Amino acid sequence: MPAFLRSQMRNIAPFVTLIALIVFFGVSSPSFATLDNGANILTQISVTGVIAVGLTFVILCAEIDLSVAAIANATGIVVAYFTLQENYVNIANVPLPGIAAIVLAVLACAFLGLVNAVGLTVIGIPSFIMTLAMMQIGAGICALLVRGQIAYAVPDFVATMGAGRIGPVPWIVIVLAVFLLAGHVVLTYTRFGRYVYMTGGNREAAEYSGVNVKLVLGAVMVISAVCSGVAGMLGVAHFGSAQQNEFDGYLLDAIAAVVVGGTSLFGGRGGIGNTIIGLLILGVLNNGLDHVEIDSFLKILIRGLILLVALIINVYVQAVRENEQSN
Amino acid sequence: MPQASEAVSGDVPARLAMSGVSKSFGGVAALRDVDFTLRAGEIHGLVGENGAGKSTLMKIIAGVHTRYQGRMTLDGHPVHFRSARDALAAGIGMVHQELSVVPDLTVAENVYLGKQPTRGGIVDWRAMFEGAREHLASLGIEVDPRARMGSLTIGLQQLIELARVLFSGARIVILDEPTSALSPPEVQRLFEVLRSVRASGRSIVFISHFLDDVLAISDTVTIFRNGRRIVSEAAAGVDKAWVIERMIGRGHEELEESYTGNIALDSKPRAPVVLAVRGLGAGRAFADVSLDIRAGEVLGVYGFMGCGLIELARALFGKLRPKAGTLAIDGKTVRLSNTAAARRAGIAFVPESRRSMLFYREPVYKNMSIAVLGRIGRLWLQPSAERAIARRHAEALSIRPPTVETLLQSLSGGNQQKVALAKWLTWPPRVLVLSEPTRGMDVGAKDDVVAILRRLRDEGLAVVVLSTEPETVLSLADRIVVMKKGRIVGEFAGEAVSKDRLLEAA
Repeated sequence: MPAFLRSQMRNIAPFVTLIALIVFFGVSSPSFATLDNGANILTQISVTGVIAVGLTFVILCAEIDLSVAAIANATGIVVAYFTLQENYVNIANVPLPGIAAIVLAVLACAFLGLVNAVGLTVIGIPSFIMTLAMMQIGAGICALLVRGQIAYAVPDFVATMGAGRIGPVPWIVIVLAVFLLAGHVVLTYTRFGRYVYMTGGNREAAEYSGVNVKLVLGAVMVISAVCSGVAGMLGVAHFGSAQQNEFDGYLLDAIAAVVVGGTSLFGGRGGIGNTIIGLLILGVLNNGLDHVEIDSFLKILIRGLILLVALIINVYVQAVRENEQSN
Repeated sequence: MPQASEAVSGDVPARLAMSGVSKSFGGVAALRDVDFTLRAGEIHGLVGENGAGKSTLMKIIAGVHTRYQGRMTLDGHPVHFRSARDALAAGIGMVHQELSVVPDLTVAENVYLGKQPTRGGIVDWRAMFEGAREHLASLGIEVDPRARMGSLTIGLQQLIELARVLFSGARIVILDEPTSALSPPEVQRLFEVLRSVRASGRSIVFISHFLDDVLAISDTVTIFRNGRRIVSEAAAGVDKAWVIERMIGRGHEELEESYTGNIALDSKPRAPVVLAVRGLGAGRAFADVSLDIRAGEVLGVYGFMGCGLIELARALFGKLRPKAGTLAIDGKTVRLSNTAAARRAGIAFVPESRRSMLFYREPVYKNMSIAVLGRIGRLWLQPSAERAIARRHAEALSIRPPTVETLLQSLSGGNQQKVALAKWLTWPPRVLVLSEPTRGMDVGAKDDVVAILRRLRDEGLAVVVLSTEPETVLSLADRIVVMKKGRIVGEFAGEAVSKDRLLEAA
């Protein structure tokens, strides 16, 4: 393999995968390659996408956040909890003006992220364990607030962003685009973004260069939690209800989107561009499998296999790189 | 060279004999045609500078290096170990400077590591505690076998590791720098144990930089220099000066400057103090360190491996939080809670390992700008400014290739070291701290680094160079302090100093 292709393997492999999937589903199903379905796919990946933006920061730092789905769920429930519900919803909730509910919800997810950050940087708990605990804490908050019930009402602004449209375009897709763009700008054009890459690339060297590594790691945990929280509010509006375990599938999807896109689990390589490709691969796959005749139980297995292949490529590319370095 | 040792131990049989042993790493000779004899019931001191070949020889004996030229016999039978396990089975054990004890297990479990006595498949704790107690007592070590290893002093842990090696059947024990972390009473206790081991007919190789200790305990001393065995001599008949003279060599043939003569120190006692260190201490690593670091002066800190230099360097850059003492810059006390605080206070640091300093997969310019990004732009990156600054450094330090987009990993080691220096020089710091700045560099690159540091000093920067290589300190420093076991034990200022005196002080 020529050196250039090998060095770009991380970016090329996901792109080729995406094209192959689109061609495959386009050929197998006449209903797949339509404009409407394209819009469907974008809408379907929106909630995952907003979570994945924050997760990209965390994974670039060679950390992980397993609490994203739980924090999304909790934040969605918090915003519903502070909104006036219909009579038949049997929750002792506290109705507040929409803006107050949104602010409280954002503060809540930022606080949970801060707890993650303190656990990781001050106490020194590995992020894998810390966020595993937070995953349970988030689930606990959900359970306490809704007590097995389902809430339906959210503030108007959240409802518009999650379920409304502007002309033919769903607002939720625009929100996703804004988050992706903001994430990309921060990572590529700001000093903080450079610190994220450098901390992920060689944490010790970043520290010996006078970078406040703990501050960077703490910040990415908070960013991840806030992105999850926003995704949670949008999701509740998008699905039309707030309940327990609503976001359980989103943890794996968000991690898969980041990693399948080619961002290195070892930190320092990748970015929002990779996450976009990863999101599209997952979106096309989930959507496309509905368009072809396939055992719905087999779908789960196929998704697992695709994720496995992406992980193999991810680790393999890293190994090739290290080989080159040691030679 | 006369075979002095032959006469020393009379007709005691050789336990281990090596003849004509050579070993090279990638074309560089580490051992050249070495003969070495270790007798039964002997304590054999092994001395030489870093890289003289002591460790290589011991690693061959301990089965770590398996490919070498020459012959080795054990009790008269030729042997060639294929692995460390082989050597251990033949009765050769090693106690490393970094102990390999398990701190969370009990003393008894450490002694019996990997072969606990069992009864019916279950660990027989009573037998283990009793056995460990007896075995340790037989060596004169009094310690509760139920105590947690990590709660004991380093000195005791080391004795217990020695006991474990003996317990596993070793008849030859190699001790690597056993006294570097010990207090004087602990050294005496170690010596007592070693004498009782010797009395039982087992042999000990004692590798150390601490010549007083070597001469105090050894029966025979062997001196290495540049991969050759220079001489073996009865320890009773020689003194420290005699040993140092042979370790360094006089009028020899090496290409590099050897610093055997006197170097005049150009100290500047009246220059203003930039960084004042007072009573700095950090646990076992170092204690009560006080230094004045002056503008326009290079302060050299010299000491053996494990003397606390590395930790001191980290404490000066906020990487290691000191337990005691203060730091003051320009008379103002500073608290360095992390490396970012140290950078803001005007301290720059180049660690001993380039790997912990540089970003190999990033281009040169990002490596150079990382420490000064905040001065280039608070929020937004300024890539064109970054590249301009990097190009200026690349030219000033003659970094090859001069293109700043090159990935750092494709530069040579010397050029990488220059990048590590350059990252601090855009806005010169008040104090530049360097740990082992020329380690592993070829002569040309070394000269470049020396020239750069001299120029920075002349521009008024306060520089601290910490090194375990006397040449490094002598080639750079205007004033030298010597560290030993975590404390400052000597200072050379405004006088002439030679490598002999430096080694003697440490």
